[in-house]
Amino acid sequence: MNENNNMDASASDDSPAPEDIPLMQRVLDNPFLLLVLGIAVPAVFYIIWGIIEITQIPIAD
Amino acid sequence: MALTPPSERIWWRQPIAKIELIWIFVAFTWGVLMFFMMIYWHGAGEQNLSNEAYQIKPKVFAEKAQKMIDEYTVREENGFPVVRPPAGSDVYLIARLWQWWPVLELEKDQSYRLHLSSMDWQHGFSLQPVNINVQVHPGYEIVMTVKPDRAGEYGLICNEFCGIGHHNMVGKIHVVE
Amino acid sequence: MSALFDYRTCPTTGLRVDRNAEKLIKANAVVAVVFLAIGGLFGLLVALTRWPAVHFLPADWFYLALTAHGLDVLLVWIIFFEMAVLYFASAILLNSRLAGPKWAWTGFGLMLVGALITNVAVLQGGSSVMFTSYVPMMAEPHFYLGIILFAVGALIGCGVFFGTLVIAKRDKTYDGSIPLVTFGALTAAIIAVFTIASGAIILIPTLLWSLGLVSHIDPLIYKTIWWAMGHSSQQINVSAHVAVWYAIAAMVFGAKPLSEKVSRTAFLMYILFLQIASAHHMLVEPGFSSEWKIFNTSYAMYLAVVGSMVHGMTVPGSIEAAQRSRGLTKGLFEWLRKAPWANPAFAGMFMSLVFFGFIGGISGVVMGTEQINMIMHNTLYVPGHFHGTVVAGTTLAFMAITYLLVPLIFRRELMMKKLATWQPYVFGIGVAGISVFMMGAGTLGVSRRHWDMTFADAALPFDYPSAAFLMMGLNGIFACMAALGGLMFVVIVVGSVFFGKKLAEDEKPSYPEVPPDSAAVGHYGSSESLRIPGTAFLVGIFFVAFVLYYFVNWKYLSEIWPLS
Repeated sequence: MNENNNMDASASDDSPAPEDIPLMQRVLDNPFLLLVLGIAVPAVFYIIWGIIEITQIPIAD
Repeated sequence: MALTPPSERIWWRQPIAKIELIWIFVAFTWGVLMFFMMIYWHGAGEQNLSNEAYQIKPKVFAEKAQKMIDEYTVREENGFPVVRPPAGSDVYLIARLWQWWPVLELEKDQSYRLHLSSMDWQHGFSLQPVNINVQVHPGYEIVMTVKPDRAGEYGLICNEFCGIGHHNMVGKIHVVE
Repeated sequence: MSALFDYRTCPTTGLRVDRNAEKLIKANAVVAVVFLAIGGLFGLLVALTRWPAVHFLPADWFYLALTAHGLDVLLVWIIFFEMAVLYFASAILLNSRLAGPKWAWTGFGLMLVGALITNVAVLQGGSSVMFTSYVPMMAEPHFYLGIILFAVGALIGCGVFFGTLVIAKRDKTYDGSIPLVTFGALTAAIIAVFTIASGAIILIPTLLWSLGLVSHIDPLIYKTIWWAMGHSSQQINVSAHVAVWYAIAAMVFGAKPLSEKVSRTAFLMYILFLQIASAHHMLVEPGFSSEWKIFNTSYAMYLAVVGSMVHGMTVPGSIEAAQRSRGLTKGLFEWLRKAPWANPAFAGMFMSLVFFGFIGGISGVVMGTEQINMIMHNTLYVPGHFHGTVVAGTTLAFMAITYLLVPLIFRRELMMKKLATWQPYVFGIGVAGISVFMMGAGTLGVSRRHWDMTFADAALPFDYPSAAFLMMGLNGIFACMAALGGLMFVVIVVGSVFFGKKLAEDEKPSYPEVPPDSAAVGHYGSSESLRIPGTAFLVGIFFVAFVLYYFVNWKYLSEIWPLS
């Protein structure tokens, strides 16, 4: 189980430069970007869009 | 393994096994099909819940319902007026603690504009045994066109919890030839 | 914040274990199990009351017990356990110290106090408003206050999780990307932040309203935002229990994800789209357009469902690949037949996977179809569905990993091993029965949250078909079985945690047995030679069941009155 728990700092020396990492991997490695997306998508599509529809329900005559 | 960082530093460029790709393709296609099935049913299906709704004060809704009751009551049943509105007309059904008011008598294969609203808390319109379920809110009315296609006696129960008398909230709709 | 890192080294995994994180995991897990026991007891009372031949509680107590059941298991048990999962997946798996343990304890305290306050409010009898507390039905102010405190505490816990990710990255306690299980926990934490924020947005004004400081809460807006909490909180569970599936597959089999890219992208679909399915609860409400309903209820063209179907293949697929690499290659299913079925961690995890997919997953998608919802909304089909997801899925998975956490984190030998072998089966089959029979009763129109299906005291008579009564009787029997399974779990875990044999600092636990070569299995075949025919067969069966059941329900729908 400890195959990758290499605490030796030199291990990171052969890791690729950040610009070599594909964009999608960088996105998935960025928890705070994911946090923003994970809040924004449901807030916009579910809550905000939904509440706009509720407020536009016409008044019965 | 899943408990340790990926063994390849750049895992995004690792190839994906064919079996996984096939399954992703199947799942995605099925998702698209299910998505368009809902849209398709709006055009081709006969069972689509209306999205027609209005904001309405409980008092105003009750007045409209009372007008209908005064005009079209044909008899009484267990203390409930039985109302037989003309085919094609606007029919008002009041949900309140703990009654569906009044009892309705509808003609088979005729369309009615059924208005639902609550006088107090939320209620659940649950028509049995056809199992049609619609949520009823106070302050809003939902208007749906219904066309009963089988004659009989339908039970109308409340399936949104509305306090201690919830389980006694039973109404009725008669569908006659 | 102290930079001191007080740790021990785990003899099984070689990981450094932050003692602060360890204490927090223990505390959260213990409180979680206590609330599982309380909430489960209320659940048994509910099921016994809905069993027509028993009809155990009077009406007011029934509605009280049902409110308490929903709160204690759906919210309290699961979120406390998820806090333990978050701390485990961050500090422990990343080999790091936990960020701000004092904050974590503050969050824990707020959650505990909040849960107690709300429970007291419910038990006092004035707040039998159900878990959903739809306005304008009003509970006592402290009912809402307790939930708000609980939510704030959980939010602090999420903050500690994110803080730990930052610290671990800064201190380079791991190399490259975070582990997949941690990524699953991250998904859960992200959804949790949205969930908890939604809860606060709607419950704080509701609290003020119950105090008389706000005059009106719109019932539709309340319901919309409440379900952004109520449904999303169950999506935290889905993310967390999928992470737990991967963790158990790794711990028991040394299984390696088939593809990091595929599994993480599947989690990304959860992050983006899982939460909008809160619209499942709004499909028969007045005032929403069909565009809003269809887009949201379908998780944006079912992309989150694709995510779940992917996990449903990659988890068993990784197990199959690991087993085959050990030589269990005969036929389609030798790998599965010779899996450690007596190990409760594996048995619980695998049943969780199957029941979540076949019972909870399929029914959820069907019920969440815009038009089909009309023949299921607020019937017992709904609790039938979510007992398949949250109990057979989440709770069973959490129970399964507890069997691994007791020796690894609590450092105690598991007691009553024979009983533990049986526990997942008793609980799992009981819950599967509950789900199936409630769905059956719901299909026959039986209302959820209803004390008397005979309508004995109603002014107008109505009778459900007799098959519905049979369903509710069977539901009662299986609920007793599930309750027995739950009791077994509580006895085994509480017994082991407090009275199990203590493990010495460097002693490896003897049970559950981890295959001796599991650490070496990390590097089997590349993608070209991957062979998982058994899993392909299983997902094929799943797909056929899904398609058939989906269209059967369209058929049911087409038979009701024409509506437009």
